[in-house]
Amino acid sequence: MIRLEGVHKAFGGGHAALAGVDLEIGRGQVFGIIGRSGAGKSTLVRLLNGLERPTAGRVLIDGTDVAVLSAEGLRGLRSRVGMIFQNFGLLWSRTVFDNVALPLRIGGASRAQIAAKVPALLDRVGLSDHGAKYPAQLSGGQKQRVGIARALATDPEILLCDEATSALDPETTRSILDLVADLNRELGLTIVLITHEMEVVRQVCDRVVVLHAGRVVEAGEVAEVFLHPRAPETRALIDETDGDVQPLGFDGPVVRLTLHGQAILDPVLTRIARDTGTDFIILDGRIGRLKNTSFGRLSLGLVGGDTDRAIAALRLEGDVE
Amino acid sequence: MNGFFRNVDWSDVAQACLDTIVMLGGSLVLTIALGLPLGILLFLTGPGQPWQNRWGNGVLALLVNLVRSLPFIILLIVMIPLTIVLVGTSLGVAGAIPPLVVAAAPFFARLVETALREVDRNTVEAVQAMGATTRDLVFRALLPEALPGIVAAMTVTAITLISFTAMAGAVGAGGLGDLAIRFGYQRFQTDVMLVTVVLLLALVQLLQVAGDRLVRHFTRK
Repeated sequence: MIRLEGVHKAFGGGHAALAGVDLEIGRGQVFGIIGRSGAGKSTLVRLLNGLERPTAGRVLIDGTDVAVLSAEGLRGLRSRVGMIFQNFGLLWSRTVFDNVALPLRIGGASRAQIAAKVPALLDRVGLSDHGAKYPAQLSGGQKQRVGIARALATDPEILLCDEATSALDPETTRSILDLVADLNRELGLTIVLITHEMEVVRQVCDRVVVLHAGRVVEAGEVAEVFLHPRAPETRALIDETDGDVQPLGFDGPVVRLTLHGQAILDPVLTRIARDTGTDFIILDGRIGRLKNTSFGRLSLGLVGGDTDRAIAALRLEGDVE
Repeated sequence: MNGFFRNVDWSDVAQACLDTIVMLGGSLVLTIALGLPLGILLFLTGPGQPWQNRWGNGVLALLVNLVRSLPFIILLIVMIPLTIVLVGTSLGVAGAIPPLVVAAAPFFARLVETALREVDRNTVEAVQAMGATTRDLVFRALLPEALPGIVAAMTVTAITLISFTAMAGAVGAGGLGDLAIRFGYQRFQTDVMLVTVVLLLALVQLLQVAGDRLVRHFTRK
């Protein structure tokens, strides 16, 4: 549904924000784009609705090149692509109702259409009672819900999220991401989600690309990229949330074990310990969930017994480094 | 009325007050009518904006700076021929209004441009991302969002205009400034000077308080 082919984007001064990006986003996917600030994520997402134009390469939405659209065509495209922002981008001088109604008014909807549609949208995001309030009277999570209701007003097929949860606390982030996942499931929305937090990708995305210095350094299924990162940039982003600090003072052999799927529910360690006589010390670890699967990642210190056999046994259960 | 204020002709003062208020009101309305579109144009032609145009913006900015760098008293005199063409006279309240507007409109336009630039960047992008035309952007987003700033700019402009009207008085425009110069200064009538100063102060104070209230009324952030 969305295709980028050899996209370059340079701003005045010659600095390239994007240096040759190819990617493909399928209909109905929740697609994550992760990277640090300055990696080019915001530029990338702005290419998808024509807020920015590529210096070279093509941006195709359903086969149509965004860069060659007329002003009229661009407005048509934009009604099919909703967008939400880190700082919400609401009109602070207008009520919640008027904010959500704005895209409809711009699209030339009648008063009756607006009166029918806006309450349904507010209901969809759980803000039925807040239509008459001003955005400043709402919490951060509620503000983002207004942003989402507004983005949905034109019945878009694509929702772009530009660091949409970065200004929110973890609990609110979770509830917003749950809402986004619901929209993906119930309305079949294709979602492109820009973030610098691995946690966000892990929670809702199906596929992810890692962007670094304007290039894609890794791409794939979230579980694959997250559990078996290849690029050092990806590993650094993962370690940031998981921590990779081992306690001082252990100088025996250490392995890093990654389990996912059903293996996580098996009593792997104690069974291997019994079989091989090797005891395990958990130096660091995390058990968690990806969108559709569970995973565990442990740093284990090995003590006594037949450590070679223990490591071989671990290899049968999961990935050992 | 015969003690300290023996030189004060209160009907003159009333007339001068009225003249000042008419000059202020007339020039303020025209300043806004001219300065608001000019400010919007300055903003829209600026870098990164929808009508980005380096030349157009440069020429506008140059004109604005040119007028703003001219001291008002000089502008008053330089403009006399143009003023006569526009309103038939360079004297009185009518003769004062064209130079007042020419002096204040660029000033107001700059303040409007600044107020528009302060509108949240994400908000502007969000409205563009909805498929808004530039017209939608200006009337449905930029102006409503910048309204408190624009009202504050009107207040500052009105107060600046009061001091300009006092100067215009020096070249025969009438009003409180004229009274202060002719009686208070040239005839050493301190009581007249005092009365005009107090009245000007009251007018400025009134405008500032009213302006601040309006700004608060329109602020939702």
